[in-house]
Parts: sequence; C-alpha cells; structure tokens
Amino acid sequence: MSPTTPILIRGGRLIDPAAGVDAERDILLRDGRVAAVEAPGKLKSSAKQENAEILDATGLIVAPGLVDIHVHLREPGQGHKETIATGTAAAAAGGFTSVCAMPNTVPVNDSPETTRWMQSPERGAKIRVFPIAAATRGSMGEKLTEFGSLKAAGAVGVSDDGKPILGEAIMHQALTVAARAGLPVIQHAEDTRLTGGCSMNAGARAFRLGLRGMPIEAESGLVERDIRLLGSLHGVRPHLHVAHMSTAAALEAVRKARRNGLHVTCEVAPHHFLLTEEAVGDYNTNAKMNPPLRAQSDRDAMLQGILDGVVDCIATDHAPHAAHEKEQEFERAPNGITGLETALGLTLGLLHKAHRLPIGRVVSLLSTQPAAVLALKGRGTLAVGSFADVAIFDAKKEWIFHAAGSKSKSKNTPFDGWTMLGEIRWTISEGRIAYKSETAG
Amino acid sequence: MPARKAAAPSQPTLPSPLPPTLQPALPKPAEVDGSVRPRGSVISVLDLSTADVASILAQATRLENEDPLARMKRLLKRRVALLFYESSTRTRTSFELAAKSLGADTALISSQSSSIEKGESLKDTGITLKALGAECIILRHLSSGAPYLLEASTGLPILNGGDGMHEHPSQALLDLRTMLAHLRDGTAEVDETTLQGVTVTICGDILHSRVARSNALLLPRLGAQVILCGPTALLPEIAAQIGPGVTIERDFEKALAASQVVMMLRIQAERLSGLHVDLEEYKSRYQANSARMDKFAANALLMHPGPIIRGLELTSEVADGPRSLIAEQVRHGVAIRMALVARALDRFEDKDHATKPTEKPATTDQLAHPKTPAKKARRG
Repeated sequence: MSPTTPILIRGGRLIDPAAGVDAERDILLRDGRVAAVEAPGKLKSSAKQENAEILDATGLIVAPGLVDIHVHLREPGQGHKETIATGTAAAAAGGFTSVCAMPNTVPVNDSPETTRWMQSPERGAKIRVFPIAAATRGSMGEKLTEFGSLKAAGAVGVSDDGKPILGEAIMHQALTVAARAGLPVIQHAEDTRLTGGCSMNAGARAFRLGLRGMPIEAESGLVERDIRLLGSLHGVRPHLHVAHMSTAAALEAVRKARRNGLHVTCEVAPHHFLLTEEAVGDYNTNAKMNPPLRAQSDRDAMLQGILDGVVDCIATDHAPHAAHEKEQEFERAPNGITGLETALGLTLGLLHKAHRLPIGRVVSLLSTQPAAVLALKGRGTLAVGSFADVAIFDAKKEWIFHAAGSKSKSKNTPFDGWTMLGEIRWTISEGRIAYKSETAG
Repeated sequence: MPARKAAAPSQPTLPSPLPPTLQPALPKPAEVDGSVRPRGSVISVLDLSTADVASILAQATRLENEDPLARMKRLLKRRVALLFYESSTRTRTSFELAAKSLGADTALISSQSSSIEKGESLKDTGITLKALGAECIILRHLSSGAPYLLEASTGLPILNGGDGMHEHPSQALLDLRTMLAHLRDGTAEVDETTLQGVTVTICGDILHSRVARSNALLLPRLGAQVILCGPTALLPEIAAQIGPGVTIERDFEKALAASQVVMMLRIQAERLSGLHVDLEEYKSRYQANSARMDKFAANALLMHPGPIIRGLELTSEVADGPRSLIAEQVRHGVAIRMALVARALDRFEDKDHATKPTEKPATTDQLAHPKTPAKKARRG
C-alpha cells in the first residue's frame, strides 16, 4: 500500500469500549495505524509537523470502525446484485470498516483461490473484506473444505451460510477440525427438513396469507443439536457461532450453553430485533428473509438478549437482490434484505434512544464485540497500534433513509423512508477516508 | 468473552410496542406516487365493505335477469384476460361465460401454452396483457399473494380466481348468494346482521383451502358464526385466529348439530407436501354420509366448492341428495362473476364515486344505481 497522509481527528468524543475510553480525545492516524491518542490539543504540533489532514470532530462521536461479520457481497458470480466494490461502498457509508463475506457466491467460496481473489485490490473494496469460507465443498454438506489452507488464505471462519450444516457427523467433524485450525464454525441454524416450501414464520399471519410457515423449532432444534455436539467433544474446544439468531428458544439454548462453559457466540440482525412477521403485510417481499421475521415475543426476546448481554453482536446479514428478483410471487422471491446503511441508524434509534443503552454499548455491539467474535486482530478498537479504522458520526442527527439513494447495487430494504438516528460524517479505513458525508467539513 | 464483560450493571427494560421514533417517517411509496389500488380489484374478501357486497349481490341479480342481448351491450368489445396458472373448470368457465354475457372479448392464457413456459415472469405477462388491451385480468395462480404482484405491475383491476392457499373471493360471494337464496329469500340487501343465527360449518382440508379462508372472513361480517372442523394436520389451532366469529370444533357431529349450512372441502392432495392423512380414519370421522347427515343435520344445506371426490369427503347419496346445493352454487357463480367483471370495468358505477365524469366509460350509464332494489332494475 502506498503511504497515506496522516490524519488528525480532533475535538471529538472518543468511544473505545475495548480500551475503556469514553472521553474527549484527539487521535493521530499514520501509516494505516493509530499513532497516538491524547487529550484535546496535545497532538497539534506533531500533526502540523507531519502535515496531517485535520478532521474537526467537535460534537461528534469518534468510534472504532464498525464491523459486520455477516454480509453477502455476491462476488464472484452475482454482480447484478452487488459487487465487492458496491457492497463495501455501502458499508463505508454505514460506518463499517470491516465486513465478513459469506461464501454462498457463484461458485461457492470453498477454495483458497477464491478466498484470495475476494481480497485482491482489483476488487476495488473501499474497506477491508474478510472472507468466510465454505465449511463443506460447494456447501453441499458432505465433505469438509481445507480449513488450514483457507485460514492461511485469509478466511476468518467457516460456514455454509444460506444452508445449514445439517448432517450430525459432518458437523461433528467440522467442529473438531475447525477447533484445531483455530476457526469458528458459523452455523445457519435451520433444520431444512422442517422448512420445505416455507416462506415466512409459522403463525397466524402465515395462516391468514396462505403461506407455509417455518416453525421456531427449525432454528432452536438445530442450535440445540449443535450445542449438544459441542458438549460431547473432548480434547478440543471448538467455537460455535450462531448466525442471525431469531428465536427466544435458540437464545435460551445459547444462554445455557454459555453457563456450561461452552464456547458459543451469537449475532442478531437489526430486522430481527425491530420487526415482526406483521411487516410481511400483504406479501411484501422486502420483508422476506431467512430466518424469517418472527412473532412479537421472539422479537422482544432478541431485544432483551441484546440489552442483557447474551447476544454478542449485531450483524446485518446484508443480502442484496435485484429488483426483478424481488418483484416475484412471494414464495418465489429470494430471501434477504440489504442492511449496511441502516444498521447504525436503526440501532442507535432503538437501543440508545428508545431503550437508553449507552452509546458505548452500541459501539461495542457493532464494532468491538463482532471483531472479538471472529478474532479480527487490531479491529474494533482505537488503541495505539491498532488499525486506523474509524467511524465518526453525529449521534444526535436524525435523517431519513431513502433506498433509492443507497450505495448498494440493490434496494431491497423494508426500511425505505424510515427515520435513522446518527449520521456518519467520515469513515476511515486503514488511514484512508473511505466515505465522507456531504455535511462533513 | 466480550459479551459478558460488556454487560452493564443496570439493564434497560423493554417497552413494547415499537417506540414511535422508529415508525417510518414517510408514507409507504405506493401512497407517495399516488398509485392507490385500482378500484374494482377483488383480491381478498376484505377488499369489499358490507355495502360493496350488497351492491355486488344486487348487480348479480340485475344482470342475471336482464335480457341477454341488452346485457351484451354493457361491456361490448371490451377486453378481459383470463390468466390461469392452475387448472380450473368452474372458475374459469364461469368467469369466461360471465364476461362474454356482458359482451366483452375474452382471452384465455394458461401456463401450459404460453410464454410462461419459456420463463416469462408474472409481471411481464401482466404488462403484455395490458399492452394487448386487457382492462381487467382474472388470475388463478399457485402462489398465495400473486394477484397483488399482478395488480402492482399493471395497475389494472385484478379479480382473484384463487391464489395458492390464500383466497378465492368470488367463490365466497357465490356461496353467500347460495345461502341467501335458501335462508333469506334471496335478498341482496345484506348488512352486519343478515346472517345472524346462522352457523356454517366448513369441514375438511382447511389448511390448504383458499375457499375456507375467504368464507371464514366474509360470512362472520354478515352476522354468521363459522365453525371450522377437521383433523389437526389439516386444521391447525391458529386457524381460529383468522378473524372474529370463527371457532374450531374437532367433533364433526357436534359441529353438524349446530349448523344450518355444511360446507365440505376436498383434501388437496396436490398441496399436502409430505403431510400424511389416514384416509380411512378421515372418512370415519369427517365424511358427510347419509346416516350422519340425517342424524345430526337433517335440515342443513350441503355445499361444496368442487371439485368433489365422491366417496371421500362426501358420499354420492349426499352429493346428489335433496339438500345438496353443489350444482346450484355453480349457477350462482356466473351471476356473481358477471357482477364482479362489470364492477371491475366500470370503476365509477356508484354515484358516490362518479367524481370524474370524463374518465367514465361509456357503458357506465347503463348500470343502475346499486342501491336501487333489484325488482325495479329488472323492470327497467
């Protein structure tokens, strides 16, 4: 990488949960790293010496760049939905500086070659992309991929996301091998034997609409199965990460497993702690995703799980689809919604403003903790020496999200026209400005 | 683990429902660009107010009694498309006959012999039909909710001829007309109390039935009680939550004893999707046979939307028996569908809606005001 101009961020309120800092601090970024963190004004002369660019963050929050450990960037193979360049541009606009890309691309990312290809500078990523590789070849659930080589190529976890790792033997094997390789196994917990032909949550709404419903047991049953496997393994300590959790029953299983000392982590997507199955309305395909929007009680459990700390982190499950793909019969339309540009605004609005969760906790859920879950070293913190990944935002500013203006190639979101709290001014990725709002000075 | 470390000592609590700050700031896009739903669409029975139902019933009677040649002039040469993705005998033929009796040109497009086979989407098929001059599309589709997509893609009024497991509103309306003919002297002037004291049992494969859903949503709004009956596999408990006036009774004989109308449904083998139903057990508990009907519902009307499977949900004696209205239902279907097609093509038939005279189709004048009693209209 070519050298970058040093940047001095001054006058802001630094929130760095990993370092236990919530105070006015100036930060100097140099060579892609955090060079210094000091009391206001103390870095003025060295910044001048280095001819640093100065960003005035007065009245703004300066936080470690956000980390999304669950996105679909659609490259290789589905560039009509999204590319690594457009997906990371959307991510940068949402304050993210690291995203972890799921392997359900075309072809499936089950090889070190594809893993490297995704990280190549030629992809034009605006921020850092960490591939999550397929756990089984072609995500077919039959034969494990080469975890060691995938990790060496840059993979930060293994998953067959979009599909579960259903077979008990192969999951057992995956957990064992991943533990030795030092990779988490990320499970899309859906017992597909219970969800054939289903397109929303099982319940009164599904019955009314005449749609086959996915029972909550399809999720919780598989989480419980995986936890049982985890407990039965000896001599290794595997890490199971439950992707996009949506049911109270699965959350309970995770809570219990933690108490029993097992290494289980989980993430929840904003739509699962904000919306219920009622959002499907009259077959709104922008409210169709997998796992589906659930009942009020499950939504409340997700929110409570976040507030009381059982949920490790928020991840968007950003899943772009072209308009013509979503403009289909509900049962035929693909699952998924975009989420990178709305995650912070929705989270601050609901968790901070409505539920009075301190901003520090919000930053932790969107940056520090996800970075810790996938062990992304030097991310999710602004301690000296860590990567110069910074999100600078106005936590009080309300704005309206218009899907049409999204930087993602796709506009499939149920949050079009919603009020967001917290406006990103600058996103800095490894010392370079990856996004700058029109209002930024 | 970071999650535990980060847990704050005092936990925020959970207010519910969603705080107002998180509601959409803007109205939904459909309302923004002014594309309100086309008048005349009937996708769900809930698209119709009780007054709409009354006006459709009155219109059905008027049209049924009208001189066929005069009736032909109402929609002469106007274009109606019948788009059928699923097989149908009754619905397709009666919609087609209905549209033709009003003078309209009809075009039938079925999935087996059209570009649908080549992969054309529902949206593009709709746009094509509109470009060919269709002013209304009658849709039957395998997928629940498909009519909403077609309506949004074309802006045309859509008449739902049955979508997946969702609804079949014209069937519910013709069922209502059949009931009224026998229980309320054929009145069209219905309101919230018209069917008070009437209990209708719908028995069989409720889970997969769009007819059951439309009837369970329509009949209670006119004062009827609806009892849903069937085994758990075909009738989940959650079905009772579909709306007010709907209850579940697993004992068919108890349900029969309480009913003035019994509506039998076919087991939809094509939608069972792995569900296993023991047919002998089913018949022993839920079949409408002579002995059972005579004992528990001697005076009840027997209805069935068809197609019937003789010897399964009902026996031949019952299907062909004196209380069976199965053929009569089909006859009412043509009248109801004439009214629905006329309504779909003449968007401003009501005086209240006649606010844009320039957009009024020429045939509007020929439609009598719906509140006019049927007899008068017949004379005129």
